[in-house]
Amino acid sequence: MSATPKSVQRLIDALGRLPGVGPKTASRLTYYLLRAGAAETEALAEALSQLHKSTVLCSVCCNISEQDPCEVCSDAARDHETLCVVEAPLDVLAIEQTGQFKGLYHVLHGHISPMERVGPDELRMRELVRRVEGGQVREVIVATNPTLEGDATAMYLSRLLEPYGVLISRLALGLPRGGDLEYADRVTLAEALSGRRKL
Amino acid sequence: MPQERLYRTEAIVLRQTDFGEADRILSLLTPRGKFSAIAKGVRRPTSRKAGHLELFARTNLLVARGRNLDIITQAEASEAFESLKTDLLRFTYACYAAELIERLAQEEEDDGGALFELLLGLLRWLERERDPAVGLRHFELRLLDGAGYAPQLFTCVSCAKAITEQVNYFSAEQGGLLCTECGASAAGVRAVSVNAQKVLRYLQKREVVEVRALWLAPATHAEVESVLLDYIEHVLEREVKSATFLRRLRLDLQRLAAGEQSSASVERPKT
Ligand SMILES: [Zn+2]
Ligand SMILES: [Zn+2]
Repeated sequence: MSATPKSVQRLIDALGRLPGVGPKTASRLTYYLLRAGAAETEALAEALSQLHKSTVLCSVCCNISEQDPCEVCSDAARDHETLCVVEAPLDVLAIEQTGQFKGLYHVLHGHISPMERVGPDELRMRELVRRVEGGQVREVIVATNPTLEGDATAMYLSRLLEPYGVLISRLALGLPRGGDLEYADRVTLAEALSGRRKL
Repeated sequence: MPQERLYRTEAIVLRQTDFGEADRILSLLTPRGKFSAIAKGVRRPTSRKAGHLELFARTNLLVARGRNLDIITQAEASEAFESLKTDLLRFTYACYAAELIERLAQEEEDDGGALFELLLGLLRWLERERDPAVGLRHFELRLLDGAGYAPQLFTCVSCAKAITEQVNYFSAEQGGLLCTECGASAAGVRAVSVNAQKVLRYLQKREVVEVRALWLAPATHAEVESVLLDYIEHVLEREVKSATFLRRLRLDLQRLAAGEQSSASVERPKT
């Protein structure tokens, strides 16, 4: 009894497979595009079709980029002795936006997850070891998420990199800005206490 | 609009799946069974709930009934298991236990809290005991028991004669031990040492507090572990992902401890 034209339904289905988009949102987006006109949909289609054609994984840091090596890795002005290891490309963006970090990145594309059978071999750890083996790296900052899987990934990395004598650190854990102490959970508070710094 | 109803429950977080912009869908084990609920906004660092809903945390929840998924409106952790953060093996053991529960327990099946207590007992074991793996073997046997798959360890699954103290055989397919006569000619069975049989029987019948004093020789433990995993994978009709991960992790940790390269490393040119 569906009155939806096939081509419309096809787009709804495709959008509905995106993370965080339910069938309702998918319909809303599709009907928006129908109203928006051909110029807008063609621009979107063009952007979509270029997405995979014009991006590559940087062979150095494994981030998604338009060139290989990526802009960050080929920037001689950056500190090539310090690596920041993150779970995902969006994390690179978040750290870049702080403007505080001048080193290079390494993107793992995930975290250790025994239940999903994601281990060292499924993550870009081999590439990381190769970079550290190269000898130029002095410090590795592990910026995995403050979750149990992020902790497990950090633990594994520190064991893995230990033999190379580089300085290994983890992002400080503690209280979120703008929060209220009384609502903090015990674990976060304990970590904030043990990670306190001198005033 | 259906009227929103609130209820309180205690829960242990078994699994987290990212959903939408900043939400997570949680698989939860409660004293009244397993169910899924959504926690909104918990991936934002400013979320007040996130720290109370970590994987394997024991937490008190206030939940609103939703149309599809129930929604967690408040959470307050009551017990955290710190060793899972600092010990990769213990963390993997907890993942393994959660995976087995996810596979074996039915959604919203009330077992009077037995499974909840069993998992809580294991998490406390992992937090406190020197040998974390013994607790895991006990957990496996009790879990199988609760799910109606207890292996038959006292009488032969084929001829029903009492199992005597000698090398006997284990059949994953028939779900228990076979005596020497029945086992010798059977296909797909494995020989099990006297010690391993004793350990299996002991663990099956005891409470967690009683097995604390148990010490297992590494070879016996390896045998018990392998018999149980074979059987569990037979029951589940599939591989246990965390077990595969665990095997690899152990090899890696051994190599790293021996100062060699892990499997995640590459050929290093000799200098
Ligand atoms: Zn790069
Ligand atoms: Zn028999």
